[in-house]
This record gives sequence, C-alpha cells and structure tokens, in this order.
Amino acid sequence: MEANIAIPSNSKDTWSGGSAKPFGASYGKMMMWFFIVSDALTFSGFLAAYGLTRFKFIDSWPIADEVFTHVPFVHGEFPMIYVAIMTFILIFSSVTMVLAVDAGHQMKKNKVAWYMFATIIGGIIFVGSQAWEWSTFIKGSYGAVKTTDGKVLQFVKDGKQIALADFVTGERTDERVQHTRKNGLWFEAEETISNYSVNQVINAYNANPAIQVRTELINLDTKKKTILSREDGAKELAKTKMVVEGANLKVNEYGNTIFADFFFFITGFHGFHVFSGIIINIIIFFNVILGTYERRGHYEMVEKVGLYWHFVDLVWVFVFTFFYLV
Amino acid sequence: MAHAHESNTKRIWIVFGILSVITLVEVYLGIIKPEALHLHGPGTSWLNWIFIILTLAKAYGIAWVFMHLEGEKKWFRRSIVWTAVFLIIYLVTLLLIEGEYLYDTLSPLVRW
Repeated sequence: MEANIAIPSNSKDTWSGGSAKPFGASYGKMMMWFFIVSDALTFSGFLAAYGLTRFKFIDSWPIADEVFTHVPFVHGEFPMIYVAIMTFILIFSSVTMVLAVDAGHQMKKNKVAWYMFATIIGGIIFVGSQAWEWSTFIKGSYGAVKTTDGKVLQFVKDGKQIALADFVTGERTDERVQHTRKNGLWFEAEETISNYSVNQVINAYNANPAIQVRTELINLDTKKKTILSREDGAKELAKTKMVVEGANLKVNEYGNTIFADFFFFITGFHGFHVFSGIIINIIIFFNVILGTYERRGHYEMVEKVGLYWHFVDLVWVFVFTFFYLV
Repeated sequence: MAHAHESNTKRIWIVFGILSVITLVEVYLGIIKPEALHLHGPGTSWLNWIFIILTLAKAYGIAWVFMHLEGEKKWFRRSIVWTAVFLIIYLVTLLLIEGEYLYDTLSPLVRW
C-alpha cells in the first residue's frame, strides 16, 4: 500500500488515500468528481447523437408537445405539465440532499437522516413517474398507420388529431384474431396484433369525409405537421403496410422510430442512474442512522453521494431541455 | 474547509427559488410558444436559444451551489469544468455539423 500513495503514513486515513490532499480535496471526493466528469461525457455522447439524428431528420422529427401530453388521473391534453412536475420533484430532492450535506457539516445526525429520507422518497417518486411516462408512451394515445416507404400517417379531424378508436368502425375484413398459445399451432403464440386491420382503417377513412391524413413533414414556416387533402391522403393511405398503436423499439405511432429509440435509451439510462442513486442513498441513510459517520467524525460520505445525486439532477435538466422543450 | 461549517440554508432556498422560477418560465414558454420567438431566430429559433441559455443557467446553479464547486480550489474546479466544457462543445459541434450534412444529402431522396 505504501508504494501507491504520495506520502506514506501509518495513520488511520491510509485507506482513504493518505494525508496527501491535492487541490485540497479528499481522495474520495476528487474521484467522485472525476467519475462525474466521465459520466457527463457519456451522457453528452448520447445527447449529441440524438442531436445528430434530429438534424438528419429535421423536417420530420416528432413534435414533443404532441407526444407527451398526459397527466395521471386527469383526462385531456396538457403538454409539458407532467414532465415539469417531474423536474420539480428532482430539483426538490436535490435541495433536501444539499440540506442533508449542510446538516452533516454541523454534525446534526437526526437532521441528516431526515433530509436523506426525504431525498430517497423524492427519487422514488421520480422513478415511478418515469415508469408511468414510459408506459403511457408505449401504449400510445391515438394510433397511426405506417406505409411501405416507412412514413407514419396520423389522422386529424378539424385540424386536431383523432384516435383510431374514434372513427374506425366496421369489420376487420381480414378475419384476423390474436393467435395465442392456447389455440395456436405447437403452442406458439404470436406478437400482439393491432386492434384494427389496414383495410378497416382505409374503409373508415373513405367513409368519413371529415377525416384527413397528417404526414410527418413539418412545414418550416409554421412548425406544424402537414395535413394532406382528402385525395392526397387516400393516395398515401393506399401504401399502408401496418397499423401502429403506441411506440416501441421497432415502430412509433408519433413518427420516426429512432425518436422512440433515443427516448427509451436516454431516459432509461438516466432513470438507471436515479435508481442506483436511490440505492446508494439508502445505504448511506442506514449508515447515518447507525452512527457510522458520527464515530468517524465527519459526514463526508453524505457529501459524496450528494454530488452523485446532484449530478443526476443536472443531467435531467439537459434531458428535459433537449427532449421536451427544444 | 473553513467556510464549510457555517450553515448556508438560506442560500440553498434562494437558489432553489431561482431554479424553480427558471423552470416555470421554460415550461410557460414551451406551452404557449410565442410565434415571434418560435418561428424566427439565428440558426435555430430564438425560443430554442432561450431554452439553452436558461438550461445552462440552471446547470451553473446546481454545479456551483448544490455541488459546491464555488468552494473548491480554483484549479480543481477548472480541471472539472474546463475538461467537460471543452470536450462537450467539440463533440456537439462536430456531430451537429454532420447531422446537417446528412440532412442535406439524404432529404432530396425522400419523396413526401
């Protein structure tokens, strides 16, 4: 061990890097910071890749306001509201974390424990909200169709998007039923089939003159998606390959599939950070309660997990901007 | 560490207030999207520039006060901030230029 540290010492602090403190920071804190720098670069890589892809499809990228419009327990469309609430929850849990660090400096064990507890609760609420956001996104809200040349066509009535369920009626005409293990050949199940068949959607469109087709193409003067005339819509619809309900890694009713891929990947990676942050916070919380840091004489561990927790908040600030606002 | 032992609870709450106000402004602008800001601007829209600047302001608040960078030694702070800022600007600039190039090259091939 002596060979690896700057100043050999036999004192108790050898395990934490010895008494040498470059930059006046302890070994643990410095390494936490350098880890955060490298992790920040990882996130930057993801967000920059998102930026590249978005620039590549700049004229057809999904408009975030039209994608994330739901709030739990409330009907109707409220773009941005729920993510804003999530942002507040995370910022607030950052505040309780920094208050815990502050209480640690004053060696107030009970205060540290309570603030850590609040931070953990905030983190859990955030991850729960993200899970809800994911499930809403996966289920989808309106439904759309995808054409053979890979375009997603949505349906509008009086300029507002309308769900398939609100105008598609009649028979499926293709006689398809979900093929389950129970009635399937060799106990094979198939992937979930869509609620409506392609023909059913096209027939419903033809039968209802109030419905129009909206393409992904953004009109750069108004920053709105293009709505086609009835005739052009019918022409595009003729190329329909499949009905898309919701979003996953293969299809996305809101537009470019790669938007969904980036959404799952980046918010998922961030959510994983929040999750591990919660776990680490819980461990430190129990250490606080057990009096470990009281005996050690300082609460620096709380400060170090605090850095990590604030970093998670910091990343969310950027994810929030580039996914939901810009 | 001499400064670290006094409580600065008040300052924390002030910074929380500022961060909340910035978030509220962002959300408000994101919902109403005023046309004058949304449809015009250099490179991207004015609105996007406002969002990016407000985001950087929030990041500064979190890093300086919550993560206590302001209290670290000057060169420790610089070893963190300069490294990240330089590499991120470099990466983002290159990738966004490439993204624009891809759009210019591929979009004429897409028939809408």
